[in-house]
Amino acid sequence: MSRATLRTDRLIGSAVSHAFLLLGAAFILLPFVWMLLTSIRPASEVFTAGFNPIPSRLAAGINYSEALTKSPLLQYMLNGVFVCAGILIIQLLVAIPGGYALAKLSFRAQPVIFGLVLFGLTVPVQVTALPIYIALAKLNLLNTYFAIMLPFFLSVFGIFLFRQFFKSFPQEIIHAARLDGFTELEIIIRIITPSAVPAIAAFAVFSITSHWNDLYWPLIVTTSADHATPPLGMMIFRDQETGSNYGALMAGAAIITAPLILVFLFAQRQFVRGITMTGVK
Amino acid sequence: MTVALKIGRVSASRNAQLRAEAAAGYAFVTPALILIMVLLIAPIVVVLLLSLTDYQLGALEWSWVGLANYSDMLGDRIFLRSLGNTFIYVAIVVPGSVVLGLLVAILVQERTKSKAIYQTIFFLPVTTTLIAMSVVWHFLLNPSLGPITSLTRALGLGEFDVFGDPDLVLVGLAVIGIWQLVGFNMILFLAGLTAIPRDLYDAADIDGADGAWDRFARVTWPMLGPTTLFVVVTTTITAFRVFDTVAVITRGNPQGRSDVLLYTLYKVGFQDFNMGPASAMTIAFLVFVLVIALAQAFLIDRRTHY
Repeated sequence: MSRATLRTDRLIGSAVSHAFLLLGAAFILLPFVWMLLTSIRPASEVFTAGFNPIPSRLAAGINYSEALTKSPLLQYMLNGVFVCAGILIIQLLVAIPGGYALAKLSFRAQPVIFGLVLFGLTVPVQVTALPIYIALAKLNLLNTYFAIMLPFFLSVFGIFLFRQFFKSFPQEIIHAARLDGFTELEIIIRIITPSAVPAIAAFAVFSITSHWNDLYWPLIVTTSADHATPPLGMMIFRDQETGSNYGALMAGAAIITAPLILVFLFAQRQFVRGITMTGVK
Repeated sequence: MTVALKIGRVSASRNAQLRAEAAAGYAFVTPALILIMVLLIAPIVVVLLLSLTDYQLGALEWSWVGLANYSDMLGDRIFLRSLGNTFIYVAIVVPGSVVLGLLVAILVQERTKSKAIYQTIFFLPVTTTLIAMSVVWHFLLNPSLGPITSLTRALGLGEFDVFGDPDLVLVGLAVIGIWQLVGFNMILFLAGLTAIPRDLYDAADIDGADGAWDRFARVTWPMLGPTTLFVVVTTTITAFRVFDTVAVITRGNPQGRSDVLLYTLYKVGFQDFNMGPASAMTIAFLVFVLVIALAQAFLIDRRTHY
């Protein structure tokens, strides 16, 4: 092959690859772009817009304020923050000591418990949903934050992750700390946990994204808007707005998806790491 | 004598240390263990037992019915239809998102300046609330107001009511599934690609593999084997659990052609409160998930021994 044909080959290859990637990117961005465009479009134009992308005048103010006043969007978001924070705190409080015990302390039941953790990794929340729901119903606890959070207090994935992370922590440091008179609890609080900040950050991203976005469980245990998390709130909003006000609906969708997208854009590396640590959500 | 004493003392303190360690181990693992028992093991046992009863939430009486729920389930049109639809959905989403994810990863990896921006764009759907984006997709594909309809109409292709057409509804849902998963798979493949040593490509070059396809077929694809397997398994499990898009967009319609396993389970268990049949369905669901997980463990084991 002559050098010239090789170069043209490369140019063509590069053009084809760019064309494909641009097409793919357009497909990925289409709903985001359309959501934002519709959210600033006047209501009268939504029905006649067709594929005409540019709104003739801006109606962002009306649509966004309508989204915020016609439905308790801020309440849903606060519920989401509260639920995610509650879940994450308990998960960490359980998983860090548990992971440390499974990685660094030897006791007889350890392999059995680790086996249970591995088994738990394969069991989706939908499997345990029925009995937990029945128990919550019997205890009159449906429609509470507690009910929305309960199944996720246990994150076997978190326990597994911290166990793997602590496995590579140098034993000598722990040993030296013991000789210095540290109790095991002090070792966890003052040595192990500070060393695990990257793992905690990655796990936090994973946990917050899963529970901010989860619909299945909140849909089951809450029927009221008081405790609804953002996805459930979005559904309630959609049901009351069907067919009448797409501008406000899209504004609502934009508001609900904004926090995670912003975090993602500003902390991309940590974010991607957190999400892809596990294949299974 | 003193030596023996010393050894005795050392091993006594060593024993004390071991006992202290074990005590701490049990103490630290107890919260996790309690939650595992209450939120994982007990519910699974209860679901198993419930699947053998005719229990209905709120009913005062119930009785054991043996395997009746399971035999009913196997003859239940709606269950079988949901299972079939779920398999069709998986059969579209898995190849679609794996092949596209791989292709995008390979193309993105070769880019220098635009690599980061493409990665960001393709990963965007992974981070966003699927419920909100489902509402947007529903609007995009709306047969009377959606922009895609005006586009197809302008191109002379006519109108498509994707979510109202029994033959198209699963394809429409699968497109959203692929849209959401491509970026995730791209990231996993990119990790696999960067782990391939450069000299393998140089060696292939010397052997005469100079075209892009040759390099892919002789080096990239074989070296990506374990990554691909992992991606296929995780995508299969995710696709198998499709629920959000169905709950928001189609609710099983039209004519039950988008009834999927988890949506039917949700309806039977949490809308009709038929706990027995719902429990049997849950067990079936668990079995499928476990089979996929076991297949993965088995295949990965085989892979590492070549």
